[in-house]
Formats: sequence, structure tokens, C-alpha cells
Amino acid sequence: MSTNSTAEGMTEGIDDKGRRRFLIAATTVVGAVGVGFTAVPFILSMQPSAKTQAAGAPVEVDISKIEPGQRLTVEWRGKPIWIVRRTQENLQELESLNDLLRDPNSEEAAQQPQYAQNATRSIKHDYLVVIGICTHLGCSPSYVKKDDPQAASLREGWKGGFFCPCHGSFFDLAGRVYQGVPAPLNLVVPPYTYLSETKIVVGIDHKEGAA
Amino acid sequence: MNRLLTASLEWVDARFPLTKMWDEHLAKYYAPKNFNFWYYFGSIALLVLVLQIISGIFLAMSYKPDATLAFGSVEYIMRDVNYGWLIRYLHSTGASFFFIAVYLHMFRALLYGSYRQPRELVWIIGMLIYLALMAESFLGYLLPWGQMSYWGAQVIISLFSAIPWVGEDLAVWIRGDYVVSDVTLNRFFAYHVVSMPIILLALVVVHILALHHTGIGSNNPDGIEIKKNKDPNTGIPLDGIPFHPYYTVKDIFGFGIFLIIFALVMFYAPEMWGYFLEGNNFFPADPLKTPTHIAPLWYFTPFYAILRAIPDKLLGVIAMGASIVVWFLLPWLDRSPVKSIRYKGWIYKFALLLFSVSFIGLGILGMWPAEPLYTKIARVFTFVYFAFFLLMPFYSVWDKTKPLPQRVTY
Repeated sequence: MSTNSTAEGMTEGIDDKGRRRFLIAATTVVGAVGVGFTAVPFILSMQPSAKTQAAGAPVEVDISKIEPGQRLTVEWRGKPIWIVRRTQENLQELESLNDLLRDPNSEEAAQQPQYAQNATRSIKHDYLVVIGICTHLGCSPSYVKKDDPQAASLREGWKGGFFCPCHGSFFDLAGRVYQGVPAPLNLVVPPYTYLSETKIVVGIDHKEGAA
Repeated sequence: MNRLLTASLEWVDARFPLTKMWDEHLAKYYAPKNFNFWYYFGSIALLVLVLQIISGIFLAMSYKPDATLAFGSVEYIMRDVNYGWLIRYLHSTGASFFFIAVYLHMFRALLYGSYRQPRELVWIIGMLIYLALMAESFLGYLLPWGQMSYWGAQVIISLFSAIPWVGEDLAVWIRGDYVVSDVTLNRFFAYHVVSMPIILLALVVVHILALHHTGIGSNNPDGIEIKKNKDPNTGIPLDGIPFHPYYTVKDIFGFGIFLIIFALVMFYAPEMWGYFLEGNNFFPADPLKTPTHIAPLWYFTPFYAILRAIPDKLLGVIAMGASIVVWFLLPWLDRSPVKSIRYKGWIYKFALLLFSVSFIGLGILGMWPAEPLYTKIARVFTFVYFAFFLLMPFYSVWDKTKPLPQRVTY
């Protein structure tokens, strides 16, 4: 440090450059910590509020009127929930698609509850329940049936499923994402369970052995 | 009367550097005398900023930042508020013209090397203004709460979710909800009318201060420094003329022409056939249904096309971010011995042409649906876009340049 040289030049003997520098540094550090703590309430105020968090109440859905091949859309936590009644043909085709998909066996655990981590990604194989939001950038894909003339023009030999118009991602009828599209993950299966044969509740986890 | 004015000015000058500021930035700020057409757009961008702030204040008097009321309040402004349609079209047309002015202002910099030493900071601050402007227009676009507002915001905020580990939480924090909702609308309104205008104005002041800083001053179409040739007696650059009255008058003439074009669009084609106001945005936001084709407004489409060109979520977002960040590096990528395109060789001219075609091409593709052929073309353009910047350190050295003149030419 330059303490010696300044000490010689000082007449009053107040050799305090080192001490002053220390005080400035200490004050700056304490001040910065204070600013950091003050920022916390402001930053946290932008997190979802208690009201927003409470808004995610479960939704009951009557599925008795869905014909095979039909889709029903309901709202849960502000998101579209699709319930698709798949045909036997749809279900048989699912396995043949495995080679074309990114995650055919639903190994990404966060994309579905454990009870939907199976070949059809559902509790009852006929009914697919997924959140209708593309895992790429959050658009809501469109439902395209296999025999829809649009299906062939969008993708050669497509067996139908979901197509995201925003950036061109494809999903099959189990919400599994195809390879070579921008979406990285399968569509999310929300927590849901059966209250009876014809009634689903979205937002409550399924317990093994129930209904 | 005159004596009273002089006395008042002296009274003020003793307490505030009014005359000093006037002289430094206008009456004794010497700008090169060879400015051309391309030098209109800085002042025009400033004019549009003022128009946006004024029209914005009046819109905020009738607008309601509430998901159940927002869409209706915009219709109320359009139908029931006296001259509300005029104020709203002024604001929406102004947003597009702001970007037209800024893009032409930036292209001027590419033509004449205005970003080069010693104006690197002027350039970087300018790029920050551009970023702030993009943020401001994105935030404002949510406010009418139409279908495109909603889904546009959903897509752009989801970009943050591509960041590994923290992305999902960050997106929730930005939205304040698990999806775009009333909470998001309310806070975007706060950003749009308070935070961003303050930041924009501050950056514009800093941009101009950096430009007017002693020893820097404006570049010119020849890309030579006028401060190298000063009158030995006065110290004034021989090729400089005072900004006021010479360029204030020139700029006011530019304002006149600009406002004629602006008014024609505002009165006769405020929607610009869907380019300035998108058709789908006249439907109220529906969180359950994405419009079959969504695209951002024209000024974002080049970057949007780059995002879509890459079939991977994270890499797509990185490429889009890089396509903007790379502009910041321009002062150090260009290693040509001359600044202006007038003295550069064919390589730079050709590179700039290819780049311009790619940028506009990406802009057009970004508006179209993501079909396989378009995606392939977008990849070629994306490659050219990045090559223009990243190969510049090489081709700007190889390029044969012409000798620079001693004094500015016309």
C-alpha cells in the first residue's frame, strides 16, 4: 500500500487513506446488501399472488356424451384441457409410431403423472386427457383426425393427432411429440381421476384402485 | 422588451446553463455539411417518440387494464370517445412508423460506418434503444387484449421457458400467473406506460449526449472526421455547419414530408391490410383457442423467422437472441480501413446487398405459415444473416478500398 509515501507528505499526521478506503468499501458492501434485501419484496410481489394460486380449483367433466373420435375442451387453471375419446383403430396405431417419436415411452417424468406413464398415456385407454398447450412456445395446437383431408397435406402418412399452427409441431393421439419439430416434449397430462364411469375430475390425482 | 428578454436570459443563465446547453447541442454544434437523405431518420424517430408519448397519455385516460374490460375499452375509445379513433390510430400507426424510422436510421449506419470508432458507444446505446423499443411495443401489443395480443404474449413469454433449469419459473414470474392472464395484462400496462417510456427517454438523452461529446460529433456520408480539419483561428471544423439553423430547418422540412405520408396511412389505411393492426386482434382474447395462423407484427418477423427456422426449442431461442446480440459487436467486426460504403469495394457492397435481401426475406417468411419449403428458405437466409456479421472481420480486410478524400464531398 501507499501508506508510507503519504505518511511522509502529511503534516498533520492523519495517515488515513487505507482506513478511508476500508470505510468506503465496507459502507458500499453494506449498502449493496441493503439494496439487495430491499429488492426482495418487490421481486417476490411479482410471483403469482395467493388469489392466483387459489384459482386452480379442480374441474368436473361429464364425458358420457363424447362420441369416439370426438374431442371435448374444458378450462382448468386458465388452460385448455382436452378430453379425446380415441377409437380402437387409434389405439392400435399408437405403438407403430414409436420410431417416429422423441419420447415414445413417456420417460420424461414431468410430462405426466405416474398413473399416465403408459403406452396410451391415460388411465382408461379410450380417453386421452391432456393440457392443450404446445410444449414449444405455448400455442394451442389443433386437433386433426386421421381421415381429415388436412391430415395428409400436413404430413405424409400422418395418422392424425395434434398440429401446432404456430411453429409446425406434430403430436400423436397420445400427445406424444414427433421427431424433427420444434416442440421438445410430449404434451402434459394434468392430474385427473375418475369419479365414476362417466365423470372425470381434472386437478385431483388418481389413486390406484379408485374407480 | 428586448432588454427585458436579455435580462431574463442572463438571470436564468446565472442559475441554469440554458445558453450553454443551447450552444453545445444546437447553435454551436457543428455537424458535417454533407448530410443527405439518410440523415433525416434520427430526428424523425425522435418526432415519433414524442407523438407516441402524447397519444399514449390520452389513450391511458380511457383505457382499462383489466382482462374483462380491456377489449371493450379499446372499442369504447374507437367509437364513443371524441376523436378517440384518431388518437388510437395515431398511436398504432406511430408504432409501425417508429420502427420504419429506426430501421432506416440503422441502415444509414451500415452504409456509412457510423458505428465505427470513435462512435462505438453511440452505436451500443442506439442498440439498447432498439431493444427497449422492441420491449415497449411488445408490452403495448398485449393491451388491446385481442387474440393476437394474447397468443403473441403467450409465445414470447414462453421463449424464457427455454432457458435450462430456471426457465419455467422465470416465465411464471414474468406472467405472475401460470398462463397469460389479467395479472399479466395489469403489469404489462405498468411497464408500458411507466417503466419503458422512462428508460427510452433516458437512453435517447444518453445517445445524443454521446454523439455530441467533444471530439466525436456526427459521422457523414464520406465517413471521414471533420474535426481533423479545423479553422486555425476559430477552431471550428471547416466542413462543419451549426446544427441550428441549418439542420433544424432541414429536419423540419423532413418532418413535413414524413407527416404527409404518416397522415395518409393514419387516415386512409390505419390497419395497413393487417400489417399494422392484425385482423385476428379484432377478436377478444380466448385462452382456449389459438388462431390458426399467428405471426407477430412486421417489425419482429425477421427474428421470428430465425426462431422458427431452427427445429429445436433452446437452439431456436439462442439463435434468435444471437441475431440481435450480434449487432452490438458490429464496431469490432468491421475492420475495413474506411467507414463509408462510398470508399469500400465490391465485397462489402455485395455482402450488404445479400444481407438486406435476407433480412427482408426473413421478414416476409416470418409472416407466412411454417411450411416445409418456407422453413428451408428461412434457413438459407438465416445463414446469410449470420455470415454477414461473423465473416465481416475477414471480408472487410480483403475488400479493396478507394482512397479517402481530405475534405467532405457531396
